[in-house]
Amino acid sequence: MIRTRSRLNTLTVYAVAYLIFLYAPVAVLPLFSFNDSQYITFPLLGFTFKWYAQLADSQGLQNALINSLKVGLSVAFLSTVLGIFAAKGVTRYRMRRSGLLISFIMVPLVIPEIILGISLLMTFSVGGIKLSLITVGIGHLMLCTPFSMLVLISRMEGFDKSYEEAAQDLGENAWWTFWRVTFPIILPGVVASFLLTFTISFDEFILAFFLAGTDATLPLHIWSQLRFPDKLPSVLALGAIIVMVSTVVIFAAELIRRGGVDLGNKSKV
Amino acid sequence: MPSAAFEQSLVSRIQLRFRRSEAVRGYTLLSPTLTIILLGLLFPLMILVTLSFWKQEYVDLIQTFTLTNYADFFRKKIYYLILYRSIRISLLVMLVTVLLAYPLAYFIAFHVKWNKMIWIILVTIPFWTSYLLRVFSWKVILGYNGVINSGLMSLGIIAEPLEFLLYNPIAVVITLAHAWAAVAILPIYVSLEKIDRSLIEASRDLGESAFMTFIRVTLPLSLPGVIAASLLVFIPTVGDYVTPSLVGGTRGIMIGNIIQSMFGKALNWPLGAALSIISMITVTLVVCLLLGATQLFRKKVA
Repeated sequence: MIRTRSRLNTLTVYAVAYLIFLYAPVAVLPLFSFNDSQYITFPLLGFTFKWYAQLADSQGLQNALINSLKVGLSVAFLSTVLGIFAAKGVTRYRMRRSGLLISFIMVPLVIPEIILGISLLMTFSVGGIKLSLITVGIGHLMLCTPFSMLVLISRMEGFDKSYEEAAQDLGENAWWTFWRVTFPIILPGVVASFLLTFTISFDEFILAFFLAGTDATLPLHIWSQLRFPDKLPSVLALGAIIVMVSTVVIFAAELIRRGGVDLGNKSKV
Repeated sequence: MPSAAFEQSLVSRIQLRFRRSEAVRGYTLLSPTLTIILLGLLFPLMILVTLSFWKQEYVDLIQTFTLTNYADFFRKKIYYLILYRSIRISLLVMLVTVLLAYPLAYFIAFHVKWNKMIWIILVTIPFWTSYLLRVFSWKVILGYNGVINSGLMSLGIIAEPLEFLLYNPIAVVITLAHAWAAVAILPIYVSLEKIDRSLIEASRDLGESAFMTFIRVTLPLSLPGVIAASLLVFIPTVGDYVTPSLVGGTRGIMIGNIIQSMFGKALNWPLGAALSIISMITVTLVVCLLLGATQLFRKKVA
């Protein structure tokens, strides 16, 4: 009895230590972004907002932010729509080899991003397509669609087909059945998918590195700033904002996805 | 009798028809996504293979079939050595990440009674936030004038900054183990969660110790999750170039840096393509070896 208890405690301590390991690097960004010093070193020298004020003046940053928002919102919308179609197809209709097709759609998740990036770069180049925010968006779409599909499949599996069948038996056509029955039920999944894919696109660096033309996205802007030591504190400030916003968005997405109302079968993790 | 059989075959034919049309509707709904993946992944990969057999002369691509790029890989030792190093670093990352992740996944699966979901969310959140920024903050933490060094110095524990923290393969391993933590924890957690608790109780009731129960029941049953975690960490890290270029220094250069430079300063797309393909083939071979090894392990334990 005593032994089990002490083992449990060791594991708890380990778990807490692990969380510290996970979060410490993230916490460094906000900590030093308020530090009144050019250098990122201890001891802390005092509290300041000036690195944040510096951000507000940067035209390059503002352009990059707008670019990232454009790409992120379009990619989130498109991949979620694709995800809804695919998830409905997979979960509502019996198909041969659907497992194989699903794993085919998942392939972008296991291919190193650099390979995806250079392959798309070559394709655009051979096809004479100019690099732009659109080409970045196409790259991100490859990455986001599998995630969106995964989220929506688990949502669609989570509720009973008979709700849809009941609507159809009562005379609704497929279109209205979707909008009046299916969509409200899967809405948490749709919102979660949208938030998740938006964040993936917004934070994505490697594909954007290869596929962006002259317009930089936010991570590309950050990358360009890393070379200048005097820009580091404001990069920290920017990083702190991004991490904070991403965290809130992801937390919301996860809560919405895992929470929501359970109809019928228990939804899978 | 024959009429019953006829009726039955008619019913089954109608069912088949229905099922077929059902399948058609399913395929229709899947087709936009499949098309996108086909055009955006399969087609570009074919272009990659094609280009690897071309040649670059200054800014022009010479479109005649040649094996020069592949020959270059075997002729020049540097590519071979760096690929070997990348594989070694990634295997180490995989090992460290999975070893660190397993106890945590075990903790969440077996010891957290309430709010498991919160733990899972806590573990996944850092994974979703900007990869570039997390790598960058490791650079800040491990740097010569960085957080650890300046912290230890202002506490009076060390007099001089420790130089071995940054710009080496170990820094790459730490950074990547941090970056891919969630990817390792989730599959292990899922496989532990699936284990029928009564199997563990049975083993204990039959007199096995807690440790032996873990080795002979829990660990083998969670092996699928461990394998998935290992592959999900190993495969993408081989191609990483952000981490090596920020925290790796010259001793931490990986094949991703070389491939990336072929598309930048070095400007040799066909060679970059060939190196990518060679890397992918090597990764596939290593994965097969790993799977073979676990198969052997499974036979021995069982």
